[in-house]
Formats: sequence, C-alpha cells, structure tokens
Amino acid sequence: MSKKIKLVDENGVRTDGRKPDELRPIKLEVGILSNADGSAYIEQGKNKILAAVYGPREVHPRHLALPDRALLRCRYHMAPFSVQERKSPAPSRREIELSKVIREALEPAIFLERFPRTSIDLFIEVLQADGGTRAAGVTVASLALADAGMPMRDLVVACAAGKADGYIILDLNDIEDKEGTADVPVAYMPSLDAVALLQMDGQLTPEEFEQAFNLALEGCKRIYELQKQALKAKYLAIKEAVEEVVEEK
Amino acid sequence: MTSTTISRIRQNQIAQLIASGKRLDGRGLTDYRPIQIETGMIEKAEGSARVRLGKTEVMVGIKIDIGEPFSDRPNEGVLTTNAEFVPLASPEFEAGPPGEDSVELARVVDRGIRESKAVDLEKLCIIPGKKVFILFIDIYVLNHDGNLIDASALAALAALTNTKIFKYEVKEGEVKIKPGFEELPLVNFPVAVTLADIDGKLVVDPWLDEEEVMNARLTISFDKDGKICAMQKGGSGTLSPQQIIEAVRIAREKSEELRKLVVKKA
Repeated sequence: MSKKIKLVDENGVRTDGRKPDELRPIKLEVGILSNADGSAYIEQGKNKILAAVYGPREVHPRHLALPDRALLRCRYHMAPFSVQERKSPAPSRREIELSKVIREALEPAIFLERFPRTSIDLFIEVLQADGGTRAAGVTVASLALADAGMPMRDLVVACAAGKADGYIILDLNDIEDKEGTADVPVAYMPSLDAVALLQMDGQLTPEEFEQAFNLALEGCKRIYELQKQALKAKYLAIKEAVEEVVEEK
Repeated sequence: MTSTTISRIRQNQIAQLIASGKRLDGRGLTDYRPIQIETGMIEKAEGSARVRLGKTEVMVGIKIDIGEPFSDRPNEGVLTTNAEFVPLASPEFEAGPPGEDSVELARVVDRGIRESKAVDLEKLCIIPGKKVFILFIDIYVLNHDGNLIDASALAALAALTNTKIFKYEVKEGEVKIKPGFEELPLVNFPVAVTLADIDGKLVVDPWLDEEEVMNARLTISFDKDGKICAMQKGGSGTLSPQQIIEAVRIAREKSEELRKLVVKKA
C-alpha cells in the first residue's frame, strides 16, 4: 500500500499541529439531560458524544434480572450523520462489539451488587465521530454514571495511543486511526491501577506496544483530572445558585 | 462467554488450585490442552479445517465468490469473517441472529488476519474497481468447552493454508471460470493466544469452567515476525499493567508453538 499522507512530519508535528504525546482539546459537561438519571457530554477534538444513564430500575424483560446484582446494559451507537458517509442507524457489528467492550470496562467500577434484580441502562450516542470514540465514550459514560449517583470504585477513563510514521502517538484522530500503523485503546481506573479495556489493531513489536500502552495510561491520568473537575464544576454551580437565592432573601 | 452456572465449591477449587500453580485438569498454568488439527475435510469448500482444543471443537469453512470491491479499496479483494454459535454446541447457544459474543469472536479472529495482512488482498483483485474475489471465512463452533477465540483463530489459519482459488480468465470484461485451482496468496500466519486472570494469576487457554471463574481474559495475536497484530480484553474484571506486560511475554512464546502446528514450512 502506498502511503500518500504524512501523519507526523520531520519535526514531530502531527496533521492537527499536535506533538506526539499531546491530547486533543477536551471539553466535559455533567448533568445536561433532564430526563436521564445521569448524563454527560464530551468534546474531544471533533468528537461530540452524549451519554445518559437510566436506573437502577425495573428490568424489562423480567427474566433477564440477576438475583445478586444489577444488570448493566450498554448501547454504543453512532448517529447517521456522525461520519462522512451516512451510517445506517441499525446497529453494525462494530457497534455491537464496542457496546460489549465498553460495558465490560464499566462493570468493574460499579457496585452492581448493591442493586440486585434491577437494570442500569447506559446509552452512548456519538453525534460526531473523529477517531477514538470508544475511549471518549468510556470517559463520558463513567461521568454520566457518577452523575446518576452510582456508587463506584473509581471513575473509568479511557484514551488511545498508537503508532504513525514511526512515532508512538497519543489520542489518535480520525486520519491517524485509519492510516496509522497501530491503535491501542485503553480504559483505566487510576486510583486502583486497573486496566478495564484493552484492544489493539495494527502492527507493533512487544517493545513498541509497551511504549504505546504506557503513553495511553499517561493520557488516561491527564483526562482523569479533567473528569474530576467536570464533576466538581456541576456541584459548584448548584452551590452558587443556592447561595444566590439565600442572599436574595 | 455465556454462563453455565457451576457450583461455588468447584469455583473455589479451581481458584485455590491455580493459586498454588496447578489446574483442575492437571495442566500447568501456561499449557494448552491437547490440540488436533485436520484440514480439507469439506470438499465443497475452497478451504476448511477442524480444530479440537481439548473438548472445544471448531470448524472453519472458506468459500470464495466473485463480487464488487469496496469503493475506498478498488484494488483489493474482500475478506469477511462470521461466527456461528451452532445450537448443538452448548446448552447456552440458541438459534437466531448473532449475539454479541459471536460478533466479538468473529471480529477478533478477523482482526488478527486483517491486521497481519495474512492474505495479500491486492492479488485477489480481478478487474480493478469492478470485480474482485470475496473470501468468506465462516467459523462454526461445534462444541464449546472454553477458549473459542484461540481455537477459531487456529482453525481459520489452518483453513487458509489449504484454500484454493479457482482459475479464471477475463474476456470482454466478463470473468470466466476455468478448470483448475491456484494457491491462495497467504503471506502471514497470525496466531491468537488467550490468557485468563484467575485471582491474580494468569493461565493460558482457559477451559469453560475456568472462564466461569476468571476476572478477565486477554487475547493477543502475533504475526509470523513476532509482532502483535491484535488484542482484546474481555470479561467484566480488570488487569494490572504488570499483568498485561507479562501476558504479552507468555503469549509471544506460546504463539510460536501454536504456529508450528499449522505451518510446517515457516
């Protein structure tokens, strides 16, 4: 295959002007949908993703209920207009797989055993996709769970690393994901030092994998700080609103 | 995978044995179950193989058709992988559309083959942009006793090694099939190795009861040059970064052993 596009130039600058170990700009908001028990929104580069949590609530259909813990259900879905060529709204095989790995990344964080015979339903809607949507999806979903007041062992945060033009790079954008050498998405719970999601495609030597994996963990730790800030920001806003009312009286 | 409930006593027994470095079926922690590979038993398929991994049994059939390429890859043949959890293979399997476990299985096997560029897809192009060979890899699970990913990846590779493509000629833009066959352009040999974490210990090739007890599993696919070409963590537990690096080291060694079973010449 002939490589037409230079993903990292000789000065180590990427197509969007970033350095190899630099994250894209990230914006996080918590508690933005009024109907959901918990919700959050993320912008990471051109990614725009919404997550909402409903539950713990009664399980439908009932026979799926688990006697000793809550059933976590997760749907990762891309809007038809989220990509260049319209995507059919029916769930693709990719979306089915991603829903599964994202669920398995979040399950270990939640104290599901506190809510037997209930379901916790998590919906992730990708409004615009720009590479790394599963990682951004995990990051935003765990904020939505926290916003729903779910008892959790830690926030789950995710970030990808990979390789392009010989460089190990952090937080791949769409073109780096498609044309690059490899992509390693990782989800992590920093205070437990536990990896909750790990996938890879492309080609890496074991040594390169270790570098990319460690870089992804580093990226996770940086995004973790933003997650905590976003959660706190919501409660600060509430506190300020309450104080205003009190002062008026 | 889907849960066949096993008793707490047995779960504890499995975990306690593993903690002391042993396994219920007598294997060491990094041993595979006995592996048997047969190829070419389905004469009507262009390629076929059956792998027995202990009691787990998987058949892969490869069919080849002529069709249109993807618009963004006009010079390449098409590779598609599908997995069927045939209801006769397990009390947990039901007929119907593919569930998320079978979609995951097919996609992990597919990723190993695709990312290692095992099949030279450019050689499967007949008329650029119009006609290419389509390679259908169908994974058929016949008996489920754990570690379907490794058994399926091995069966897929074995089936690819004996796949033949029919000869053809192009006359006035039409593809005519001629008698005789050619070898499939197979240029890499990806092998998947799955490890399970049970109470903090890594074991290779978990069987069904171990899958019931495991926290999480990690599948790592290696190509013939010892490069990693696919990875997948599964299960609703976590792994530590140290375990992951350790798993890569073990899997790399095991992948060499497995590849020798399929590829005699490499």
